[in-house]
Amino acid sequence: MVIKYLIEKEFKQMFRNKFIPKLIIAFPFIALIILPMAANMEVKNVNLVVIDNDHSSFSQQITQRLAANPSMTLYGMCQTYEQALHLVEESKVDVIVIIKNDLEKELSIAMALNGQVSLGKDDAKIFVAANSVNSVKGTMGAMYVVNIISNFLTEQQHNLQQTQSPLEISSFYAFNPRLEYKYFMVPALMVMILTIICGFLPALNIVGEKESGNIEQINVTPVKRFTFILSKLIPYWIVGTIVISIGFFVAWLIYGIVPLGNFLTIYVLSWLFILCVSGMGLLISNYFNTYQKAMFIMFFLLMILLLMSGMFTPFSSMPVWGQYIGRLSPLKYYIESMRAIYLKGSTFLDLMPQICSLITILLVLNTWAIFSYHKKK
Amino acid sequence: MENDNVIIVRHLSKHFGNFKAVDNISFEVKKGEVFGFLGANGAGKTTAMKMLCALSKPTSGSAFVAGYDISTNPNKIKARIGYMSQKFSLYEDLSVFENIKLFGGIYGMKRKDIENNANILLERLEMTEERNTMVKSLPLGWKQKLAFSVAVFHQPQIVFLDEPTGGVDPITRRRFWEMICETAATGITVFVTTHYMDEAEYCNRVSLMVDGQIAALDTPNALKTQFNVQSMEEVFFQIAGKAKRGEGL
Repeated sequence: MVIKYLIEKEFKQMFRNKFIPKLIIAFPFIALIILPMAANMEVKNVNLVVIDNDHSSFSQQITQRLAANPSMTLYGMCQTYEQALHLVEESKVDVIVIIKNDLEKELSIAMALNGQVSLGKDDAKIFVAANSVNSVKGTMGAMYVVNIISNFLTEQQHNLQQTQSPLEISSFYAFNPRLEYKYFMVPALMVMILTIICGFLPALNIVGEKESGNIEQINVTPVKRFTFILSKLIPYWIVGTIVISIGFFVAWLIYGIVPLGNFLTIYVLSWLFILCVSGMGLLISNYFNTYQKAMFIMFFLLMILLLMSGMFTPFSSMPVWGQYIGRLSPLKYYIESMRAIYLKGSTFLDLMPQICSLITILLVLNTWAIFSYHKKK
Repeated sequence: MENDNVIIVRHLSKHFGNFKAVDNISFEVKKGEVFGFLGANGAGKTTAMKMLCALSKPTSGSAFVAGYDISTNPNKIKARIGYMSQKFSLYEDLSVFENIKLFGGIYGMKRKDIENNANILLERLEMTEERNTMVKSLPLGWKQKLAFSVAVFHQPQIVFLDEPTGGVDPITRRRFWEMICETAATGITVFVTTHYMDEAEYCNRVSLMVDGQIAALDTPNALKTQFNVQSMEEVFFQIAGKAKRGEGL
């Protein structure tokens, strides 16, 4: 079997490379350990400044309540809005809370009357302004502040009236009750690892052989192109499977994250996805002859694929045209399935739409790759 | 004696748009011959050679290599030829023996034969001690000799050499040509392109391509007599000097 010799060669080259074996081991660890801990969307350390015009025990209680929240840091008190705004401009403060005078008095009356308090409007007694340069921190921070204050007000109301409020809102987050970012991100990071190891590394390897001229030597041998390409892909398929297995292990070891669904589902989905990204990589290697061009197009693709696939932002909140583009990305379906298997314990039957989409994409990409490869000069 | 011809080329052409890289060439190469394929840069040598190696398809005309049609049986041809490109193309990050083993395996040689023949070859090249050395750390002359040996390791009928001695010192070049002649003596046909006219003197016959056509084809001595000059260098100047195409193909 010719392919045995070729695969042997690939493995020798892979492990002789100074960089690749280290990358393969380090990648899942770095991606799974450092990223979910450091880079997350939870908002912490919201710095806020309070302008208290009321100076009542009530306003002080609100201020204390805000300062006591673990996500908040009370930067200080200010006399005027201008002063506070200045702090925002210096990036020292993210949220300004303004408590107007007569809060306590009017509130007591209002509560006694109908139990309603308005927040956030111009004529309101409490005004919250957020710095939106970092829009996530700003808006999330402001939301936290509003939540804390309204919780406080509700409590006060209960204390005053000793009655149940007519309407109580309580939320329950299904599947990820504590809304932990890492439960959400860990399955998604596996996707990125597979895209790079099974999609981009073999493509770069083929382009590298083109650049060094070795491929010319292979082309004059009776080795079939299909065999040659398979010999490039198989080692990376094996490595990719090992790396995600390490990934599952690391996720369990560090975060105790274990999929609710079974591993067979995970591996079948992973393999469908691996075939998709391999096809994508082959297409790139067919159309680009130098490392530089191939790398550039890969960065470009990876950015678009990641941002449009719902990895970082909710897919459904993209505009419709964006969703159409996102639907072309195999990453979307794999990320969805991985999250579903991990957090909801979804089965093959539940994931039928994703499986069908992945199969369609993999057929299209690989057929295209084969045809573009056979086009002779 | 049609059977003696291992390469038969009939009216072979390759066009890229309006550009005729190879324009209606015809020739034969006999078994065991060292055939020099000369021409200035851009004359169409590499294009013609690529067609004979079944790497690219002709626009028109036909050619038979090792008894098979290049248009219909490319894989049969590939199994019966060896090829050494002008760019060094063994794997630099594999050892000397690993390269030999890889290409032997690709051509379907048995593991035992590979092992035995490799030992004989390394001894002949005086490289037994370098068996496990990475190819990238060999000097260029050794690399070229090794590349040639790998190209004929599977005993092909024909070996194509594309400017094999570029950048090699004169002593290694002479040694290299001795290897070529030894190889030809075992019955392997050698089809070689070169820019060194002293090397052309080693060939049994040479052809000279100008502007995609074969302008002259004969033994080096006959060509020198025909143009009434002393060396192949002068023959080259006389014929290739008439070229209308410059470099840049």
